[in-house]
Amino acid sequence: MMFQNLGFMLNHTWLIPAIPFFSFLLVGLFIRPRSPKLAGIVATVAVFAAACCAYVLAWEYFHLFPAGTERHALVPWNFEWLRYQEHLAVRAGVLVDPISVLLMVVVTTVSALVHLYSIGYMHGDQGYGRYFTWLNLFTFSMLGLVVAPNILQMYVCWELVGASSFLLIGFYYEKPSAVAASKKAFIVTRFADLGFLLGVIILGYYGYHFFGELSPALAQQMGQYTAGGVVDPFDFAYLTHPEVLSKFVGLGTGFLGVSLLTMAMVLVYMGAAGKSAMFPLHIWLPDAMEGPTPVSALIHAATMVVAGVYLVARTFLVFATSGDALMVVAYIGAFTSLFAAVIGCTQDDIKRVLAFSTLSQLGYMMFALGVATMDHPLGYTASMFHLFTHAFFKALLFLGAGALIHAVHSNEIWDMGGLARKMPITHATVLIATLAIAGIWPLAGFFSKDEILVSALENQHYGIFGLGLLVAGITAFYMFRIYFVSFWGKARSKHAEHAHEAPLVMLIPLMILAVLSVVAGWVPMGEFVSLGGASHGAAEGAHHGINWAVAGPSLFVAAIGISVAWFLYGSGHEERSKSVASSLGGVYTTIKRKFYFDELYLFITHKVVFRFVAAPIAWFDRHVVDGGVNLSGWITRTSSTALSRLQTGQVQTYGAWFVGGSIGALLVLWHLMF
Amino acid sequence: MGLLSWLILLPFLTALAVVCVPARRWMMIRWIALAGTGLHLILTGIATFRFWGLAMPDVASMKTATLMKLYLVEQVPWFQTLGIQYHVGVDGISMAMVILTSIIIFTGVLASWNVKERTKEFFVLLLTLVTGVFGVFLSFDLFLFFMFYEVAVLPMYLLIGIWGTGPKEYAAMKLTLMLLVGSAFILVGILALYHASGLHTFDLTRLAQVSYSTDLQYWVFPMLFVGFGVLGALYPFHTWSPDGHASAPTAVSMLHAGVLMKLGGYGALRIAVYLLPDGAKDWGLFFMALTTINILYGSFGAIVQKDLKYFTAYSSVSHCGFVLFGVAALNLMGVKGAVIQMFSHGIMTGLFFGLIGMVYGRTHTRMINEMGGLAKVMPWLAVCFYVGGLASLGLPGFSGFVAESHVFLGGFFGNPWTNAVAMKTLTVIATLSIVVTAVYVLRGLARVFQGPIENHHFLELTDATLTEKISTGVLVATLAFAGIMPWFLIDLIESSIMPIINRLHATGTMVAFY
Repeated sequence: MMFQNLGFMLNHTWLIPAIPFFSFLLVGLFIRPRSPKLAGIVATVAVFAAACCAYVLAWEYFHLFPAGTERHALVPWNFEWLRYQEHLAVRAGVLVDPISVLLMVVVTTVSALVHLYSIGYMHGDQGYGRYFTWLNLFTFSMLGLVVAPNILQMYVCWELVGASSFLLIGFYYEKPSAVAASKKAFIVTRFADLGFLLGVIILGYYGYHFFGELSPALAQQMGQYTAGGVVDPFDFAYLTHPEVLSKFVGLGTGFLGVSLLTMAMVLVYMGAAGKSAMFPLHIWLPDAMEGPTPVSALIHAATMVVAGVYLVARTFLVFATSGDALMVVAYIGAFTSLFAAVIGCTQDDIKRVLAFSTLSQLGYMMFALGVATMDHPLGYTASMFHLFTHAFFKALLFLGAGALIHAVHSNEIWDMGGLARKMPITHATVLIATLAIAGIWPLAGFFSKDEILVSALENQHYGIFGLGLLVAGITAFYMFRIYFVSFWGKARSKHAEHAHEAPLVMLIPLMILAVLSVVAGWVPMGEFVSLGGASHGAAEGAHHGINWAVAGPSLFVAAIGISVAWFLYGSGHEERSKSVASSLGGVYTTIKRKFYFDELYLFITHKVVFRFVAAPIAWFDRHVVDGGVNLSGWITRTSSTALSRLQTGQVQTYGAWFVGGSIGALLVLWHLMF
Repeated sequence: MGLLSWLILLPFLTALAVVCVPARRWMMIRWIALAGTGLHLILTGIATFRFWGLAMPDVASMKTATLMKLYLVEQVPWFQTLGIQYHVGVDGISMAMVILTSIIIFTGVLASWNVKERTKEFFVLLLTLVTGVFGVFLSFDLFLFFMFYEVAVLPMYLLIGIWGTGPKEYAAMKLTLMLLVGSAFILVGILALYHASGLHTFDLTRLAQVSYSTDLQYWVFPMLFVGFGVLGALYPFHTWSPDGHASAPTAVSMLHAGVLMKLGGYGALRIAVYLLPDGAKDWGLFFMALTTINILYGSFGAIVQKDLKYFTAYSSVSHCGFVLFGVAALNLMGVKGAVIQMFSHGIMTGLFFGLIGMVYGRTHTRMINEMGGLAKVMPWLAVCFYVGGLASLGLPGFSGFVAESHVFLGGFFGNPWTNAVAMKTLTVIATLSIVVTAVYVLRGLARVFQGPIENHHFLELTDATLTEKISTGVLVATLAFAGIMPWFLIDLIESSIMPIINRLHATGTMVAFY
């Protein structure tokens, strides 16, 4: 075993999720009722501590496995949490491999900064203590998801992040729109999770049966980097092992000619698509913006929504083995990136524009994974790279938007304007983030987007490449649209005229994230994250440097996007944008109404499910089933009433019946005997 | 007298003590009831520890056992001529049920702290009822079992008829009659086994050593399963439950939905499946199909309910469906899931009905549409309601998830005697309920607790009192404990389920597993 000479943090990785968990209990049960102010401080300190642990862990892990060596997925600590039956148990634990380390760093960093920012943003709010309790719960659940060594722990934490997201979206519970949004988010993702659950059940079912056929040597080989040396059918180490995968392939076709493996993975992807808000399950994310802005930054931009991407990356080998399932990932991702970007151009609520931009960028990450193959896995690295950079600049955009909303008391970009001079630091940081997401050199988004486009091109997905390029241009357009409208020109409302800079506690996270948005792109991601740690030796996806044949056109389309945005919104001639909108007519309205998907869902749930399924069932129960019960009661009563008439009390009647009955009986007897 | 007899007798002695107190000293009455049930909780704790110490060494041998092993047994002849004994004992399943009942009655007494009408009679009946429940879970003589079963069912009539609300006489009558029809089926089943065994005994452990003819099993199994199923809200015999629960007073709803409905699943497992394995194999798929209807039907029914109690009752129909679904799956995971679901649903629904009583006591309405925004004035109750709601939609971290994931896996893994495709299809249909449950739970929570307060009278309402906080706090803590540390419950029950499963495999023909 190799667990003796691990560093302290590697041996105690469980601390990273455990710190926010215990802080959640402490803050929620004991501190919050007494002092909300202290609750905020304790919660924030706890997450900063977790962040420090994550940095130490990253340092230790990449020292243990320096570049060029094979990086194993270690499970330094686990315990049997839930035993279904023999050889089918959930061993909760922590998994340390390049992508989990990467995600731990991202989640703790963004979470810590958001906690800090929230101390200022939520100041004076009635639910201040409650807010930090939920935020800690979310951080714990997200870290638990990231370190999950088996797919069931992932599912468990998956549900928990969903629940904490639900609680935080509905944080302003007196506001009907927030309540509706939180419900919608939970139910839509729950529907997606149904697919995930079924996928897990199918994988567990066949995995369990293959487990019985496993030779002891092979089982030992699978468990060699797991504490205790035992693997279970739910473990990723087991599911992604080539031996097991080949058995899955051997299962052949199941339902409707689709192979069982593909079916299972498409179901799992349904869960991923729900959480990462892929089309057509995207409808919850824009509404989720009803939550407090820092929550949107943390959960609905940087961390929870990338869980779907992470799940696909985590089970990439299984997706790649299926092949078809990976193509589903690629095409749905690509379509979502375009679809959301188009809608993003028309929205007026700054947070909704950012939400659609998040959708679009998540689509990028998804199709990057989709175009990767086992032989040429650059897209895998690129996806994780984009996840990494996107977390910083998107969190920064949201927190910047939060500062604007804080200042002008409105989400509408048309209530802002001319804020560049009044809020210089916010302006500078948001500009950095906007340039970063638009993919301008030398900021973070440029590098990761470049790598995604290169990977699409190199794997001959020309359609997806072209689409990605187009989306890069649209992204630059809509991001600069909100930038020009809110920061340039004249103040468009009274609040905007009197706006002033946010407090320091909110500006510090903005500045840190701005620095990260600049430097994150220079991280040689290929050195750290590449497919094939555990089972595929060759570190194929090494950093390519910059491929100017791709970067040139992508810079060019970004420049076009920015110029168009300037022409329409930044040049002071607002009638131009209006004339474009009116010339598009119905198309513009359709896009602005998000292609009427919300209305479609409402129709299905309220009109179809409630009215034509639930209400008839309730009616059936009350009137038919229960009616049957009442009917049997009625029959008993009526028949007994009828029979009671026989009890007349008159001897003559009894006598008549007696004589008649006797004669009848005799007749029957006579008939039977002769 | 042994520990288990004390467990059965203590509530009855408490009831006797209450009888001796004059009715006007209602303060004293409820303190006596609380002391009695509190003491019972402690005794249950002691019994659990003793059971644990005795049963743990047997874990390995139980893996292959085909006969259940009882602990802390007390056996005294009663009507020797008929072979009736006083035979009490405990195994993991009954231990879990006793813990559940003890927690529910303790919190139920706290939740009925404010019963002002005929306090004395109320507590006497409540404690008598719970005596019957403990008796059922601990007795292993079928005659004794049946006697306690009736003791548990009959006081319900008075409790609902006198202290209930709404059309209480109708509800009480309907409930009692339907349950009695169920018990008639059970009685016939038990007598059939008594005669068929030829042993002249009602002792469950001895009846289990006989192998009954396939024909007998074929017609007795459905009788027993349906008979117990009526109490376990098996579709279409569930309609006593919405009316009964809606009309019953708080503690009675808690006890009824929390514990009494579990007697159904318990009996179906302990008597029907355990004694009649071949019958179970024949009928498994049929009852799986019925319970799949239960699961979905209950949850769809709950979506459109307007009364909070009807809402919870339909949700109970759905959740109890999981119990019988797991039992009908006839494998370790399914049955284990069923037992965990009994525990989990008991606590959860106890919490729900307790909370509804507390909210009703303040708002004087149970109509979902008339409430709104209550989280602002009663944060404690709101948090508990949220916990209960999230637990009932199977959120991991609470016991509901442990149970449901067991049941789903159990259904999907199937068993050697039932068509695998049919079982998988039914399981997939049943999993749809996790979405429907989310819809109705969130809808209910949002209507009651969220949004602005529209009725300005509600602004003056107060949050939970100390007794209410203890009562709900205990239930919430239990839900979280069983969900975060599921291994305690699993270790407690697993060895006792093994014999039931092993018997299924030991008899009849076997088919390849997959």
